[in-house]
Amino acid sequence: MSTAARTLISDADLRRRHGKLVYRLVFAGMAIAFVLIFVFPLYWMFVSAVKTPVELAQPTPTLIPHEWHFETFLVAWQKLEIGHFLLNTAFYAVGGWLIQLTVDVAAAYALSKLRPLFGKVILAGMLASLMLPAAALLVPAYLTVAKVPIVGVNLLNTPWALWLPAAANAFNVYILKRFFDQIPNDLLDSASIDGAGRFRMLWNIVLPLSRPVLAVVSIFAIIGSWKDFLWPLLVLQDPASQTISVALSRLSFASYVAQNEMFAGLALASVPLIVVFMIFQRSILSGLSAGALKG
Amino acid sequence: MVLQAPDIVEKPMAVGTTIAPSGSIRRRTRLRRKLADNAQAYVFLAAGLLCFALFSWYPLAKGIVLSFQQDNFVTAPSFVGLDNYRAILADPLFATAWINTLEFTGLALLFGYAVPFVVALVINEFRHAKGLFRIAVYLPVMLPPIVSVLLWRYFYDPGSGLFNAILSFLHLPAAGWTQSPRMAMICLVLVSTWSNMGGATIMYLAGLANIPAELYDAVELDGASIWQRIRHVTIPQMRFVLLVLLLLQIVSTMAGVHRAVPAHWYDQSGHYHRDDPDLPVRLHGQQRLRDGGRDERLAFPRTGRILRPLPAPDESAGVRSPI
Repeated sequence: MSTAARTLISDADLRRRHGKLVYRLVFAGMAIAFVLIFVFPLYWMFVSAVKTPVELAQPTPTLIPHEWHFETFLVAWQKLEIGHFLLNTAFYAVGGWLIQLTVDVAAAYALSKLRPLFGKVILAGMLASLMLPAAALLVPAYLTVAKVPIVGVNLLNTPWALWLPAAANAFNVYILKRFFDQIPNDLLDSASIDGAGRFRMLWNIVLPLSRPVLAVVSIFAIIGSWKDFLWPLLVLQDPASQTISVALSRLSFASYVAQNEMFAGLALASVPLIVVFMIFQRSILSGLSAGALKG
Repeated sequence: MVLQAPDIVEKPMAVGTTIAPSGSIRRRTRLRRKLADNAQAYVFLAAGLLCFALFSWYPLAKGIVLSFQQDNFVTAPSFVGLDNYRAILADPLFATAWINTLEFTGLALLFGYAVPFVVALVINEFRHAKGLFRIAVYLPVMLPPIVSVLLWRYFYDPGSGLFNAILSFLHLPAAGWTQSPRMAMICLVLVSTWSNMGGATIMYLAGLANIPAELYDAVELDGASIWQRIRHVTIPQMRFVLLVLLLLQIVSTMAGVHRAVPAHWYDQSGHYHRDDPDLPVRLHGQQRLRDGGRDERLAFPRTGRILRPLPAPDESAGVRSPI
């Protein structure tokens, strides 16, 4: 809209000699600061992984390693079983994403287009859960998962302990419902005259029109479950079923893990999300921006 | 509304009207259709309702009930009235925990709210490479929180940490960082700001991009300086974004007390907190649960949580020590 339009300082001001100089100085300063603050720590992580433990322990750290030991990544992959934990995390993320999408899309569709009795009350109840931090309900939520009421099953150490609570995501339901609200009812009415059922309408009309919002919900669902730490730490006590974050925190206390291997583990754990970000950065950042403007 | 087949056959043109054979029959069919509509809607809602009921509403109710109970999770719980509340209010550490929480929130607000705004203001003026700046500031957000915490632990390390190495390179005395009681809180806030400021910056940038250019042109004609332009155009125009982010920030940092817990790590050797290194954890109560839940004080933490005045959204980015 107004991306090319002027901002606080006009182009004319910047073209003056004084303006040009200040602009260049500020730009260079910011660029250096950003590289140092946001990029350098990542560089440090990768570089520390390829250093030898001896070099890492030196009192004056080296900016560029003397020797590049890329095999540390391989060692970490095998010794720390990074691959296994990454696979676990990916499995939880993809499963959680599918379940969240299915459950929340169906609920949002019902609330937006089918408008059942008490729909507003239900939506309010869901939104009310946004007001409480997950951390505040940690103990009762843990007890619930350990023995689900009515059915009485124990979900601990199963993927369901992550998936089902994640599906109760009011934020997802809310933005999906708001998007569905904008789809004209006439479209659905004409489809139903043609004999389409409720499910056909959802599948053939609503979902194809909702690609942008589905993309945003999907990306944030996957990132969220990848980054989640506290809840998996609680409900996945069995080391074999842990996510990469939980495993790394456990390994960081293990005496058999050398420091460079730990750095390699950290680096390997960050790679998937960074790659996802680099591929989808446009939609991630614009999804975030849209969220800010619409509130 | 959805039409049923007979209506279409009999009166295809009049969408939305039904034929009225007689009052009572019409009422009955309408009721039946309404019931069927509702039933179908609830079929779609069922899975969501079940998830919310079991994993969101039920734990909330259970949390409230538990706060009035004494429970060792072995024998049946017994109701103790307000005893838990009384006990936690009498606990001197409860006040300390509150002070620590408020201090953390205040500092996190100062950094996490103001810094991204200034950064966004500056980046927004750039005519080149704006996209690269946006990517860079959002990079830490994409790190799993455990990675940023472990990474910063290496930076802060008083022995061979990067920060002390830089200080010694500059011939400055070494600092204790997270192990010094004065700096511990700031150190934690810095990590939290570093790993979370990307989101706020992107949202501010989106808000800034939406300010109409004419406004700036107009005040500039009136001779407004840059500072005056910020005060009278930028900030009023950003009201909404500023307000939303302020709320988000307060709520998420209050809720994010558990982010403070990594401090607990640093006290394998030394203690981080003035009074009790274990405080944030204590209010979490979860540690006890994992210890087997046989601590008789188990009921305290829960009460502590319910006394929390400010509700907060789900911040699953919480970083916590593996204790």
